[in-house]
Amino acid sequence: MKIVVCIKQVPDTVDVKIDPVTKNLDRTNIVGVINPFDKNAIEEAVRLKEKHGGEITVVSMGPPQTNESLREALALGCDNAILLSARELGGADTLATGYTLSRAIEKIGAVDIVLFGSHAVDADTGQTGPIVAENLGYRQITFVSKVEVEDGYVFASRTLENGVQKVKAKLPVVLTATKELNKPRYATPIKIMKAAKKEITVWNHLDLECDMDRIGLKGSPTAVTEIFEPKRDNKINMLKGSPEEIAKALVNKLLADKLL
Amino acid sequence: MLFEFTEEQKMIQKMVKEFTENEIAPLDEKMDNEGFNYELWDKIKENGFLGIPFPEQYGGSGGDPITSAITIHEIAKGSASVALTLDAHWLAADTILHHGTETQKEKYLYKAATDTIFAFSLTEPMAGSDAAGIQSTAVLTGDEYVLNGTKAWCTNGGVSGVYIILAKTDVNIGFKGISAFIVEEGTPGFTVGKKENKMGMRGSNTTELVMNDVKVSKENLLGKEGDGFKIAMIALDGARISIGAISAGLAESAMKIAKNYANQRVAFGKPIAKLQAIQFMIANMAIGIRATELMTFDCAKMKAQGMRHTKDAAMVKVFGAEMAMQSCKDAIQILGGNGYSKDYHVERYLRDAKLLEIGEGASEVLRMLVGTTELNS
Amino acid sequence: MELKDYKGIWIFAEQTNGVLSGVAFELLSKAKELKKTSGEDVVAILLADQAGDMPQKLLNRGAEKVIIVESPELKDYKTIPYAEALYELVGKYKPSIMLFGATSMGKDLAPRAMAKLRTGLTADCLDLDIDENGILVQTKPSYGGNIMCKIICPNHRPQMATVRPRTFDPLEEVENASGEIIREAMKIEAEPDFEVIETIPDVKEGVDIQDAAVIVSAGRGVTNKDDMKMIEELAKAVGGVLAVTRPLVDVEWYGHDIQIGASGKTVKPNLIINVGISGAIQYNVGMQKSKCIVSINKNANADIFGISHYGIVGDYKDIVPALIEEIKKEQH
Repeated sequence: MKIVVCIKQVPDTVDVKIDPVTKNLDRTNIVGVINPFDKNAIEEAVRLKEKHGGEITVVSMGPPQTNESLREALALGCDNAILLSARELGGADTLATGYTLSRAIEKIGAVDIVLFGSHAVDADTGQTGPIVAENLGYRQITFVSKVEVEDGYVFASRTLENGVQKVKAKLPVVLTATKELNKPRYATPIKIMKAAKKEITVWNHLDLECDMDRIGLKGSPTAVTEIFEPKRDNKINMLKGSPEEIAKALVNKLLADKLL
Repeated sequence: MLFEFTEEQKMIQKMVKEFTENEIAPLDEKMDNEGFNYELWDKIKENGFLGIPFPEQYGGSGGDPITSAITIHEIAKGSASVALTLDAHWLAADTILHHGTETQKEKYLYKAATDTIFAFSLTEPMAGSDAAGIQSTAVLTGDEYVLNGTKAWCTNGGVSGVYIILAKTDVNIGFKGISAFIVEEGTPGFTVGKKENKMGMRGSNTTELVMNDVKVSKENLLGKEGDGFKIAMIALDGARISIGAISAGLAESAMKIAKNYANQRVAFGKPIAKLQAIQFMIANMAIGIRATELMTFDCAKMKAQGMRHTKDAAMVKVFGAEMAMQSCKDAIQILGGNGYSKDYHVERYLRDAKLLEIGEGASEVLRMLVGTTELNS
Repeated sequence: MELKDYKGIWIFAEQTNGVLSGVAFELLSKAKELKKTSGEDVVAILLADQAGDMPQKLLNRGAEKVIIVESPELKDYKTIPYAEALYELVGKYKPSIMLFGATSMGKDLAPRAMAKLRTGLTADCLDLDIDENGILVQTKPSYGGNIMCKIICPNHRPQMATVRPRTFDPLEEVENASGEIIREAMKIEAEPDFEVIETIPDVKEGVDIQDAAVIVSAGRGVTNKDDMKMIEELAKAVGGVLAVTRPLVDVEWYGHDIQIGASGKTVKPNLIINVGISGAIQYNVGMQKSKCIVSINKNANADIFGISHYGIVGDYKDIVPALIEEIKKEQH
């Protein structure tokens, strides 16, 4: 079975701040780690390989320091690692990123299963998996909590708002992984030592034969015009009135904030 | 620290840190109450920790002494007991790596790298610092040595598959008569004696060992007769680097708790972190930890480069252990009444730290070593 | 094709088994608000096996037009047939905006459709506005909510967005509202290679407090063990789990496994409601990073208010039953 896992390197904490001078994200002291849900994706890929045989290629689009995460993915059990990196690829939104990734997967060729994490904890979009699926013309199963492969079909459980849905899809498929899918293993020291010696392939937009209109800034229909820190109620909001009034006010606020 | 770790070392550090935070640290308090945690150690074995310093050909990861120090350092931040157990395991198995015949290495190192905990035993009820005063004997009878005697304070006693036992093959020539033997658990006559009820490091199993006509093949003599003391001293050099790493990790955990508390606890109208007395204690901790880290990794580098590091390792241990003790005491003081409660963990860290001044070379002995070496140079 | 040729504020009317999702009404409400600035029609898009009374319901909640595609192939939600149907409709009608609920269906469908349409999509929007250039400004959270972003899709159409349920309030239902219902004849290709085998609704079971998204935590301010019944009921009503402070464990009302604090567990739920808890540092360190902290205490000077987002000075015996009552009302 040929498996590709797409991973993203994200900051190790979501407790980020905006630099008041540059108005951009303050990136000092931010360490890059593999997006947590991508770890579930990698783990599932490794389990599928252990069960069905085959080869796992881990792919990531990003700047050179993404290599650290690719190496970690190798240490976790992926066979090959490919970094998609070039100045021209930068500034991409999800559409351009999805296009670039799908070019890479097409170049790898004959891929049966593509795994993503359900979403990245920095951008919080969850779009890239389905975009790649559309570009490749693969069926997609999002929010998977269980995966089995049998006779050319994937049998998966999907996590819905209030329940679980069981689906069956013919290969090839794109899957996006939830936390419930599995418990990611640790890389062992032996695997780390071996992974440290492996070479990571780097592909740029020319290697991928990208349509220049579809990559990077040019290929991104959306643009961020402003970022800001949400008004934090560091000032406590004291609710007043009769118990009934207080209850109504509180419940409304909690529902609006999606906390109930 | 400007110490440059290699890519592999950084990756291993990351993995050990993650494993420690998720699997080891949450159990430290439980181990303090209930002792050695077999389930945890199964996980530790499964994830390849045992074999980090051993060559790949014997099933290890081929790490160097710096990698070992990184590992012990990160683990100690979660549990000093677990770090100590791993340190003692490596100390024992290391003797076979350095002094063993190819046959012995093949027979034992793979086990040590994968699934068997090893123990090293020199100390006896009547002989600790005075190692030459051990009374266990090993008498050559035909193709076997017959071992008799009692060992005390064996770290990993009772949880190990293989023991490195020091006993006298010649009782008349002091330390020159000590030899080292590889003794497997279950050998008739070899029993694990009483388990020590210790002040700290309670997640690490420490026992007496009783030898009653234990027959050990000639093949299991490590090195030559009379090599025992030298083997032990070389092994302890490496172990003392680990103690430095444990000291730094343990003190850092104590400092972290003290810092968080100081920043939150309000007294006289402001957080106690604003008070100089607290700031000075934290400063001393930070200074001590940084110094210990630098000494530890520098000494590990010396070992990695094959340089003699006996004096340096002793310095690391003396300094680190006393620094850890003081840091833990100060952490308790910063927490005030709460520091006296088990709920805040720092009292456990202090109990753990005390061992560092005693085992694997008491501070007094090590000062003698450093002092005399210095005076003779 | 000029951008100005794209007109219409579309909302995807999500339905399951012939029942419209509440988020569809919420989107209609926001669409109507956007119409005030853009002047464009508010259109609901319904894909189903049989539309039944759903189109009228959508008109009743603010849609001016409902475009329906009916086909047995659309009975169960399947990504590819749904995405293709949307693609065809967009090609024919050219909306300028298309909104989806950020539900498991919406988050599966919207990006697929967006990739087909090669346009922009912003996920999980918490707010939408039309700016002075007539462009949709989408406000969304990132970094777990720590950073907010404003995003636009200036040169591509439709401008697509998914919106978190409960972000906007639906309009009150109007009886028999008038509007246009358009039945699109469209051939939907069967999708035999994707099958929904079954859907199993959730059954609630015991949750570790450290995994709980919602916690109701009780402390020494609860003077009477019998009062814990109402607090447990509150926990159930909010879909959360019960936790306690150390004093309640010491008196053996509850076990250590649900204790929050320095000598207990550290939790970081989305919502924690503290009842009768003073807010000693030993407790606070176990939960102060929770996303939303609501605290009820008789004492206005209680330390707990220093770390809370919402504070209620009052007797829990009055507040807790009122909360339970209000939540039950909301659920119906």
